[in-house]
Formats: sequence, C-alpha cells, structure tokens
Amino acid sequence: MKTWTRKDLTGLDELTSEEINFLLETARAFKGVGERSLKKVPALRGKTLVNFFVEPSTRTRTSFEVAAMRLSADVVNISATASSLQKGETLKDTALNLQALQADIIVLRHSSPGSARFLSERLDSSIINAGDGAHEHPTQGLLDIFTMREKFGRITGLNVVIVGDILFSRVARSNIFGLVKLGANVTLAGPSTLVPRSFENLGVRVVHRIDEALEGADVVNLLRIQHERQRKEYFPGLGEYTALFGLTKARAARLKPSCLVMHPGPINRGVEIDSDVADGSQSVILEQVTNGIAVRMAVLYLCAGGAGIPA
Amino acid sequence: MKITRITNGRIIDPANNRDEVADLWLADGKITAPQTGSENETLDARGLVVAPGLIDIHVHLREPGQSHKETIATGTRAAAAGGFTSIVAMPNTNPSADSAATITWIKEKAAREACVNVFCTGAITKGLLGEELAPFGSLFNVGVVALTDDGHCIQNHEIMRRAVEYARMFGLTVMDHCQDYSLVGDGIMHEGEWSLRLGIPGWPRAGEEMIVARNIMLAELCDSPIHCQHISSGGSVRLLREARARGVKISGEVCPHHIALTDASLAAFDSNFKMNPPLRTEEDIEAIIEGIADGTLTILCSDHAPHAFYEKEVEIDHAPFGITGLENEFSTFCDILVHKRAAISLARLIALYTAEPARLLNLDRGTLSVGAPADVTIIDPDLEWTFDKNKSISLSHNTPFHGHTWKGRAVRTIVAGETVWAL
Repeated sequence: MKTWTRKDLTGLDELTSEEINFLLETARAFKGVGERSLKKVPALRGKTLVNFFVEPSTRTRTSFEVAAMRLSADVVNISATASSLQKGETLKDTALNLQALQADIIVLRHSSPGSARFLSERLDSSIINAGDGAHEHPTQGLLDIFTMREKFGRITGLNVVIVGDILFSRVARSNIFGLVKLGANVTLAGPSTLVPRSFENLGVRVVHRIDEALEGADVVNLLRIQHERQRKEYFPGLGEYTALFGLTKARAARLKPSCLVMHPGPINRGVEIDSDVADGSQSVILEQVTNGIAVRMAVLYLCAGGAGIPA
Repeated sequence: MKITRITNGRIIDPANNRDEVADLWLADGKITAPQTGSENETLDARGLVVAPGLIDIHVHLREPGQSHKETIATGTRAAAAGGFTSIVAMPNTNPSADSAATITWIKEKAAREACVNVFCTGAITKGLLGEELAPFGSLFNVGVVALTDDGHCIQNHEIMRRAVEYARMFGLTVMDHCQDYSLVGDGIMHEGEWSLRLGIPGWPRAGEEMIVARNIMLAELCDSPIHCQHISSGGSVRLLREARARGVKISGEVCPHHIALTDASLAAFDSNFKMNPPLRTEEDIEAIIEGIADGTLTILCSDHAPHAFYEKEVEIDHAPFGITGLENEFSTFCDILVHKRAAISLARLIALYTAEPARLLNLDRGTLSVGAPADVTIIDPDLEWTFDKNKSISLSHNTPFHGHTWKGRAVRTIVAGETVWAL
C-alpha cells in the first residue's frame, strides 16, 4: 500500500489490515518528531482542526491537540457545554457550522455510537472519531497496537488479553477489530455480564477466570471499570470485581517476564490494577500515552490529505 | 346512480372462499348482483386480481398534534396508493386518543379529508401512561374498533388484566405492543452479534416474549382476546402457536420489515432501519414466515410510522423509532411470501389483509359479499416495480426500502364504489 485514500477515521472495523499497518508505519515515522528538541513539522500548516468533544475528556483531547500542534495545524477546542447542542441544535447542524468555519478536520468525541460515521457521510471535512459511545475509539486501539508492535516487532501470534468491562468499552472494540485483523490471539476476560459469550462471534476467546486468561499472555490490557456509568446489577461491587478480575501483585507475578501491562487510562489504583503493578517494570501505561501523539499525528496527517509516509 | 362493472378479473374473496374469473358489480357504494346493461363505468381487470379492499390495522396517522410527520389527508392517500381501503389509526397522537373528544375530532377530520376509511383505536390507559384506564365506554360509543397503548406497553399486569376484562363488556379487542421495559431498557436494536459489534444498546428477544407470554396468560385468565402487535421474535411465534393450539384467544401480526430485513442492516447506523420492535435475525425471519404459513400469525400490517426527515437525521440513539410502510407493505409481503418463498398462496395473502383483520376487529369490511361496502382493491400479482421514496405520497420518507424491487402491486383502489387511486 502506497497511499491513504480515506478522509475520515471512524473505526478500525472498516479498515483493512494493510490500512492499519500503513497507519502504524506512518506513526513510527512521526514518533521521531517528539524526540527532537524542536518538536514541530510543517505538515499541516494552514489547516484548521476543531476538537469537538461532546463528552468530557482530558487525555484524548490533549493528545489530539498536541499532535495537531506538532503538525503546525491551528487548533480550536469546543466542549459540550460551550456548544449550541445545549441550545437544541442538532449534531449535524453544529458540525455543518464548524465546516462553514472552514475546519479541515473535526475530531469528535460523542456519546452516540455511529456519530462520527454519521458526520463523515454528511460533511466534506475530515472526521476523526475520538470515541463514539460504546462503539469505537480507533486512535486508542491504534496506539495500543502501536505500543505492542514496538515492543514485540509483530502482532501476528501475540496472545493479547483484554480484561474488564468489554460490553460498554469502545477501547475494547477498537482493540478487538484491529488485533484480530493483524492476526493476534485475543482473549477477553471479565464478569459474564460485561463479557457476554457472544463476543466469540468477533473472532476472540471469552474467559471468565482471570488465571486461565492470563496464562501465556504476551499483553494484558486492563480496562477501567466504568462504575459511574453502570447500573449496579452488572456485578455486585468493586471489591468482588478486584477479587475476581483485578491484576493483583500475586497474579502479576505469574505473568511471563516479557508480558506487557497496558491500560488506556484513567486507572483506578487498587481496583482493576494493583498500584505497584501499575508502576512496575512491565507497565507501559505512560508509553502508551506518548505513543498516542505519534499515532494521532499519523491519523491527522493522512486524513487531511498527506500523501504517504513522510521522510 | 353510478353502476360499475369490473370485468374478467380473477375474483379472490377469501371470506366467501371464492376464487374464480368473473365480473364484479358495484352500485350505490355497495357490492351488488349483476345488473347487465345498466353499467355506466366499466373497468377491465383481465389478467388482474379483484380483491376485497385491503385493511391495515396498524397505522400512525399522526393527527392530532404531529401534522409535520403525516396528516389524515396524506396518510390516507398513501394508504390508497398501497391498495388499502381501510386503515386503523393508533392512539399515540398529541393529545393521545384516550377520550371521546379526540376520537370524534379524528373521525370528523377523516370524514372531510380522508380518501379511505379511517377506523380509530382508543387508548387503554389515560395518556398512554399505563396507570389508569381510559373511558372505554365513551370510546366505544364514538366508534373505536379496538383498544391499545401502542408505542407503549402496560407493565402492570393487574392493570392489563382489568383492561382486558373491562373491554370484554364492549366486545373490544385489546391490542398490545409487547415490550418489557426493565429488560429492554434503552435498547435500540436486536441484542446479538451486531449490537455487540456496533456498541448499540441491545433489545433482547426476551423483552418481547415475556409480554407475549404475559398476554397469553391474561387472555386465558380473562377468556378474552388479546392481539399482539408487530411480532419480531421467533420465540414469540412459538408461544403463540402453542397457546392458539389450546384455544387461547390470542393473535399476532407481522410487519414487512420484520421478514425483509435483519439487524445487520444497522451496520451503517442509518436511523431508517431503527424501529420498535427492532429488526432481528434470519432465524427470526424463518420462524415468522413459518408462523404466517401455518396460521399462527393471522394479520399483516405496516406499523406505518412517519417521521420528518430532520427528526431522523440525527445520531442513532437520538432518532425516533419507526418507518413508513403503507405504500410498500403489500408488495413486500407479496414478493417474499407468495413469489420468493412460496410460503402462502395469493388467496391467503389477501385473506391476511381482508377477512382476518375484519374478523379480529369486527369490521363490516374485507369481503365481496353482495351488500357489503364497495371497497375493492385490484391487484397485479406479477407486476414488478422499484420503490422510490422520493415519489412516495406519505408526507414523510423514512423508509429502509428505497430502491427495493418487488413483484406484485395494487393497481387500483376503490372505496365505496369510487376509485381513489389508480396506478
């Protein structure tokens, strides 16, 4: 694959493995920019990016902002409370106004599944999905895969375990779609209410015993339990969750020494992950954050019309 | 006096077990015996089927209160274009049709503006809130033909029981939109592989089956009829089949989208595929078609639910449920059930749209008996056509069927002896 043809990135489900690899290669080229003292290239000079975050976010929004600035784009941030959605304007109308303000790229975070795709089909601006409900969070999936590939040099054949609230997780879905396409062996683990067996239809293994899931793992990706969102009937409580599925020190000690511990953040220390394990030598949680910049630079660069891997 | 002779058509009148090539005579708004020589209108139906006027018992006309979606005038014209001479209007208007005043308003407006017969349902509960019974007696006195809270489902079994018992006094069938709220929650699409993949909240089959089972038990307890609206789940079909075999007064209806489309259609997050109950799977389609073929499901209808373009042109979870259907439903069913699947005969298809709904709701329609109202639909069962939503007559164009091609179509709709629509 020599060129990128999409104006949008709405999910990894719709990408081919070639497209995913192309994004990852482009991200690798951009990673070097962040390691220079002058962390800026002129690739998107003169382009306008709007961070349109209808759901709250700090990490992802900042990461997109940093990525855009490193590409020399101009960045405008809009939050839900500052937008006219509060005044009854529809998402489409708000977005059309952003387009009329000559936004070249709109990065959308929204609670509705499919909202990024909805806009991508109605606007000429590039739409980058920064999380649409429980559907996808493609740049998070890409940065997770980028981090794995950087460490192992490959994705094919890796045993990747994703633990936690899979049902409501867009991060999990983007990881699943991307990893399965690239040939990883994906195992999902968590309470049967949050990891229904029907996920097997997506080409993954579903396990409800954490020790069984962790055996032979090359990567453990822990998801935050979104207890503030959930109705309580999904599981009895955080204490029981930690006892059954938390990555405790004892469990972490049984992991292969080469096994990576990942987390998309924000972490809840002592719930899904032991505090020492989060800070331990196998943890690449903060590297994920750094890699997120390179991945988002690649996505913005390619979707805004960049031709290929920059020199 | 206008005397119409429809010549050489194949008359299919399931109510009278009639299927023969013959002439049909209409005079003074009624079906009559032959009056050879006195006709002043002749319609050539050679090669066509002459059927009793089709009846759709599940239509949202949106008046009063939502005339930006549909009006009695536009909705009945759409019905006529689909071959329907009678439609039954649902009560979830604004205000809801829970009082004699609202029913009377609808009937008077229909008398002025409708081009097909409009029958009204009354609400079961005041404001469709599922709490207090609406005044069935006054509703009956102004001519409602059934009771339903369609769009809503009474969750309290005691209230549903008393509604069914009280309706019995008036001979009114209670029709129910079967949905257990605690199980369905904020579900939008069938709970299955596709809802998992798309991250869209799931609407499990059990959410429907639970209430179908409840209704079977209450129909049995009260020995009174309950009609289950828009069946979407194969499990519901099995429950209905078993109960009907025992003689329980329970029935079920089917909408075209539930046998034409599956949940995979939601993959593009297009709200024109969002309706309640949702599209399900191939397995459900098989079970529903089997249920239609073996007589478990006795009614076909549209659940015609128009919404303005701008209302549907939003995020999938913000969009209202529902699609239009009047103009395509007969063709969709004819194409799938009669032609493609050969699950039922053309005569049975016509029965499901005429004799069966007339019997369920005690309507003096759905037959070509001499003396019956001269409501007639002329059908070309082999006509192929492609549905173009931009040419549809309904005020709203929220359909998932744009560009679909079907075989079989109504070509002329006659109400009380007058042609109200012809292709």
